[in-house]
Amino acid sequence: MHTLMAWRNIWRNPRRTLVILTAVVIGVWSMIFLGALMRGLTNQYLEIGISTLTGHIQVHHQDFRSDPVIQNRIDRPGRVAEALEPLLPPGSHWTERIRVNAIANTARHAQGVTLVGIDPEREARVSFIGGAVKEGNYLEPDDPYGILVGKALAEDFETRLDRRVVLMSLGVDGKVASRAFRIRGIFRAETEATEKQYMFVTMAAARDMLGLERGVTEAAVLLPSHELTGKTAEALERRLPTPPLAVQTWRDLLPLVRVTIELYDTFIFLWFLVVFIAMAFGIVNTLLMAVFERVREFGLLKALGMRPRGIVQGVLTESFFLLLLGTAAGNALGVLSVNLLAESGIDLSALAGRLAEVGMRRVGYPQLQAGGFRLANVVVFVLGIVVSLYPAVKAARFTPVEALAHT
Amino acid sequence: MKSFTTQMAWRNVWRNPRRSVLTMASVAFAGLILIFMLSWQFGSYDTMINSAVSIHTGHLQVQAEGYHDKRRIGQVVERPDAVAKVVERTKGVDTYTTRASAFSLVSSEDRTYAALVVGIDPEREPAVSTLESLVRKGSFLAPDDGYQALIGRLLARNLKVDVGDEIVLLGQGRDGSIAASAVRVKGVFESGQDEFDRSTVQIPMAAFQEVYAMRGGVHELVVVCESLDSVPAVKQRLASTLPGVEKGLVVLDWKELMPGLVQSIQMDLISGFIFYVILILVVAFSILNTFLMAIFERKKEFGVLLALGSTPGRISRMILAECGVMTGLGIAAGVVLGAAVTLYFEAHGIAFSGAEEILRQFGLPERMYPELSLLSATVGAGVVLLITSFAVIYPALRVLRLRPVDAISTIQ
Repeated sequence: MHTLMAWRNIWRNPRRTLVILTAVVIGVWSMIFLGALMRGLTNQYLEIGISTLTGHIQVHHQDFRSDPVIQNRIDRPGRVAEALEPLLPPGSHWTERIRVNAIANTARHAQGVTLVGIDPEREARVSFIGGAVKEGNYLEPDDPYGILVGKALAEDFETRLDRRVVLMSLGVDGKVASRAFRIRGIFRAETEATEKQYMFVTMAAARDMLGLERGVTEAAVLLPSHELTGKTAEALERRLPTPPLAVQTWRDLLPLVRVTIELYDTFIFLWFLVVFIAMAFGIVNTLLMAVFERVREFGLLKALGMRPRGIVQGVLTESFFLLLLGTAAGNALGVLSVNLLAESGIDLSALAGRLAEVGMRRVGYPQLQAGGFRLANVVVFVLGIVVSLYPAVKAARFTPVEALAHT
Repeated sequence: MKSFTTQMAWRNVWRNPRRSVLTMASVAFAGLILIFMLSWQFGSYDTMINSAVSIHTGHLQVQAEGYHDKRRIGQVVERPDAVAKVVERTKGVDTYTTRASAFSLVSSEDRTYAALVVGIDPEREPAVSTLESLVRKGSFLAPDDGYQALIGRLLARNLKVDVGDEIVLLGQGRDGSIAASAVRVKGVFESGQDEFDRSTVQIPMAAFQEVYAMRGGVHELVVVCESLDSVPAVKQRLASTLPGVEKGLVVLDWKELMPGLVQSIQMDLISGFIFYVILILVVAFSILNTFLMAIFERKKEFGVLLALGSTPGRISRMILAECGVMTGLGIAAGVVLGAAVTLYFEAHGIAFSGAEEILRQFGLPERMYPELSLLSATVGAGVVLLITSFAVIYPALRVLRLRPVDAISTIQ
């Protein structure tokens, strides 16, 4: 009864209903779409962070992060492998690296870089470098003198493929170790900073240069999904001798990314509230109009014996339909626009020039996420019903006599 | 004396006070949010720019052409004293200092790292940058310090050195020779920007010129203007006078020196505007209903007015006036409330617990202060007015189509 009446009531004035629906639809659409766009940007930021030699979990010597030198290394990587391999969920990949600070020299230039000794085959499955070489070739597993340098660094150094670069770093014996490498490949990365920071050689070459027989500075794990990070890290921590080893997740390793994501989440929630408040004024006003037009009608209903609760219920049902239609259409539009742009992305470079320098990608890919979706709908629905209580209670308060006297 | 039309409009607005107040409240809400957010954005940009300018670049720099891109040690300002004289005499310049820098290896007893060694003028630097106030341990350099150095906190930690310890600098001099020297750590500074704290060593200019065989040259003449607004004028003046002193110099402003900063500000501004426009669209549709109702409820009334000889144009003007009064009052209230909220937070600040880390990297303090300005207030109000006026136009045009007979016979 209520339901049917309420449904008919909202279509008594279709124009008014359509106008307020438009407001709700724009609001809900913007929540879904902009939420997805921002989620896409933070996810990208996270993906880039994780693929830039971070992974989901890393194992180090406990002192390595505050004092990143070869002396603070994992001496027996076999123990890490033993502990790690049975724990890994299917679809995970992991690799070992030697990562040290070094100075790169050519005839005319010198710069501080991070030298990374990698296992080329395994590394390609864990970090960005596997697919990043744009000129020349990726490293062969046993290449003793090959090196990969970033495009931006190669430009700074005015060097190119097959030229020599000399690297200096602190060796195992505490003395400066140096070795000449030949540029096998030039890689591109998401940011120029990455291109300028990292140089890759094979694990064997790095060991040879530093005078290391065995041992690595880190083991990095890439899991099939972010959600598995905490659980896997905890299990790993129990199976490893900590100290001297330490297990860290991307949340520890990329504090800036973590805080950015949290900040965006807070911002999105506040944005939902602000848009909702703007909508709420319209919803309340529209319902009030609808209620005041029908004073006589409510009076009659009451005179016929309807209880105030019934009237409140009736008005709330009207608001429920408005919200239902509005959120349904808003969601549909939101999903549609996200899907349309999820493939091609939105080119933000038109807005702000060369964003790569700031460490952001030029193209934003909106990404739907169940959490944001749910939040938007819950905010609109629950709060929408709550604010509708005001006109509903107003309607229930008309006494039959004054209502019927109303013209 | 108010015209008859406006008087009628004013009374009509208050025929249904609840509805009018709600409508005005929603416009006021949009105005409040916009003014607060814009003040916030502009305030944080100012803080970001000022902190970047005062830690790193200054407002303007005089450099050899091409130095900014290539950073070769040989690209120098040959006669800094002569250039400084011209700079000092230029109108709008507050102060200046000289800097030179060279990429070097920095070694302690058992660690070696790469860092940027910067030669600074210990007397002039404190007036230009905040470096002196960032010294956390030991003390700032003095003019007669000779081979002493300030070192970033993270670099000090990596090198395992403290105040009083010796470090060795090894780089390449201007003439291509090996530049090597031992310096004593006099102070440790901390800017909170990891990149800077991890990779910088500051030594007195005299020592720098000796070690790196600079032959009196410097790389940057850093200029601070009287205010951010005077930068373009000063830049122009310098660009015209400098060629008379030394050829091959360029004047770069902070935007050219820090393109990344300008881009992140643009990006933030633009994404902010997208959000604002959507917010106001929602508000516009919310109030459109009120405006439409104001017409359709009163078809009969308009019909009578028309029959009595009122022109459609006049009724349309009355509607415009009614809607205009509501948006106008709403915006006015929004400006007042927005200004009040902004001023409150301008006095008390807003703390971002948990986000200190990210803020520090941008040189922002953990307590942020929005900054109410004429610009933020007018832009906020302007944007709301622009978009809501579309909601006003439709009903006013709609009225023009009314026919007296049809309108009067409308049953309500």
